[in-house]
Amino acid sequence: MKADRALVLHLGVLAVLLALHFTAPAYHHTNIARIMVLAIYAMGYNIAFGYTGLLSLGHALLFGAGLYGAGLLVYHADASAPVAIIAGLLAGGAMALAVGLLALRTAGVAFMIVTLMFAQAGYLTVLYFGSYTRGDEGIVIPRAARMLWGLDLSDDNTRYLIALALFATALLANLALAQSRFGRIMVAMRENEERSRMLGFNPFTVKLTALIVSGLYSGLSGAAYGLMFGYVGASLASVQYSILPLLYVLLGGAGTVLGPFLGALLMFYLIDYASAVTDAHQFVTGAALVLLILFAPKGILGTLRARGLKWLP
Amino acid sequence: MDFGPFLLLALMEGLVTAAVLALTASGLSLAFGIMRVVNVAHGAFFMLGAVLAWFVSQWVPGPAALSFAAALVICPLIVGGIAALADTVVLKRLNYEPEATIVATIGLLYILEQAALSFFGPDARPVPAPLNFRIQLPWFGYSGYKLMVVVGAALVLLAVWLILRHTKAGLVMRATQIDRDTARAFGINVDRVYAGVFAMGAGLAAIAAVLIVPIQQAHYLMGGDPLLLSFIVVIIGGLGSLRGTLVAALLIGLSDGVISTFFAPTLAKIIATLVVALVLVFRPQGLFGTRAA
Repeated sequence: MKADRALVLHLGVLAVLLALHFTAPAYHHTNIARIMVLAIYAMGYNIAFGYTGLLSLGHALLFGAGLYGAGLLVYHADASAPVAIIAGLLAGGAMALAVGLLALRTAGVAFMIVTLMFAQAGYLTVLYFGSYTRGDEGIVIPRAARMLWGLDLSDDNTRYLIALALFATALLANLALAQSRFGRIMVAMRENEERSRMLGFNPFTVKLTALIVSGLYSGLSGAAYGLMFGYVGASLASVQYSILPLLYVLLGGAGTVLGPFLGALLMFYLIDYASAVTDAHQFVTGAALVLLILFAPKGILGTLRARGLKWLP
Repeated sequence: MDFGPFLLLALMEGLVTAAVLALTASGLSLAFGIMRVVNVAHGAFFMLGAVLAWFVSQWVPGPAALSFAAALVICPLIVGGIAALADTVVLKRLNYEPEATIVATIGLLYILEQAALSFFGPDARPVPAPLNFRIQLPWFGYSGYKLMVVVGAALVLLAVWLILRHTKAGLVMRATQIDRDTARAFGINVDRVYAGVFAMGAGLAAIAAVLIVPIQQAHYLMGGDPLLLSFIVVIIGGLGSLRGTLVAALLIGLSDGVISTFFAPTLAKIIATLVVALVLVFRPQGLFGTRAA
């Protein structure tokens, strides 16, 4: 019964998103497509941070791996969109494996700084090889290269539906992961690493696996973002993009399946509406971070779960 | 120019970088050593110092030296005040829990940068140097002010060392660092020590910024590089070890000067960040530190 209730809730959310495809005004239609792609990234971040307790400050490296893995293939090798998306997904996972092998030797504060440093080195590398990546200016992916099995990714309607399909896959996979045995082991690792080790689980393997899954999500999101919105630039691999998923996850609720999406949705519109009043949108981000960590460290869904909705995965 | 003088120039430039870096990084190191707080907003405090120095130079009439002296006093006080406020209002309530404080200081960083952008604007603005003379070496002339920066930074660092080693306040800080609970049992107001240390760390960054701003203009995003470099220095020197921080600042500053003169600065930064990450992975206590991170 427990699993069913959760499944119904998540399918319901997906149904609402499908309904929005037909009803939402053009402006929000585009926004929601973007939010769904970013939510995949945030879900990936949540698998590392929310479930496994790995606070990374360098996920932009994984997002960037997907973004450039896909973007450079399309731009320099004329790869087709499906190949590029799969390449981006794998690039994210491979980058997570490489970072994890080194960074997971540390924990706590050192882990945060090491991931931050790796991401910074990655960002600078993108700038350094500006002749291939076009650095800050970025690559604009031509429309002809944004075709997915005959579907035009630059078309608003197709883009929304593809984004929804990717988001739905990612969300349901995340739900399955959270309810699986491995999902519970990840949480055990977060709650008490020593005790889990005593029970026979290898913390390093569990964390590395979680990080790789997180990298696959981030890479997929990066690749999809580049191809759908036609732009691959260094700013998308900067520190800012390491902080964004952290913010989304904190707002929506760390360690909840729907939290990353809810956080991305609310934060996106909060900044959007704030921009109408003031151009100080960095202030909104900063204040949101400080207020959340002070008053609601569990986020919205985390708080709801603590207040009675115990079945929320 | 021949290789020899060119290298000398690179080393002198590196020395200026090292001096400013040592000041900034010792602020970060102080907060980490005593409070165990990794302050991501440290670069923003640095930037704030430079931006405030520009405002002071606009408001204080008279010769550049006078407004510079005023900035050297006013900026660290204001920045320190803001830091103390942030500590009392935010960090203390988080109980200095490492992950929470990092998130909170990231938020603080955004807020401060936005404040600078809103009140100071997106342009880089110059601040006049307090003195204007050149030292003529056989091969090239060199700005006398830059040498003054090195001397000034050394004096401030000496003062910090004297305060920590030879005053009651320094004793209290060191006691708090070694054992917070015992210090509290001896009647030390740990909350006040923490606020003071956090303010002092931020103030050091502000002094460094005031010193460097006549050479490098004030800009609302100028805090990124000092933050990154300070992290590098503090980690290589051993988290929380002030002596290690100084040695590492000298090492990084000089090699940064040499590498960026002869190679691309971006490459220098890539190498430095990777080295740091690897140092943290394989030698978490730093190259000179003895304590575990």
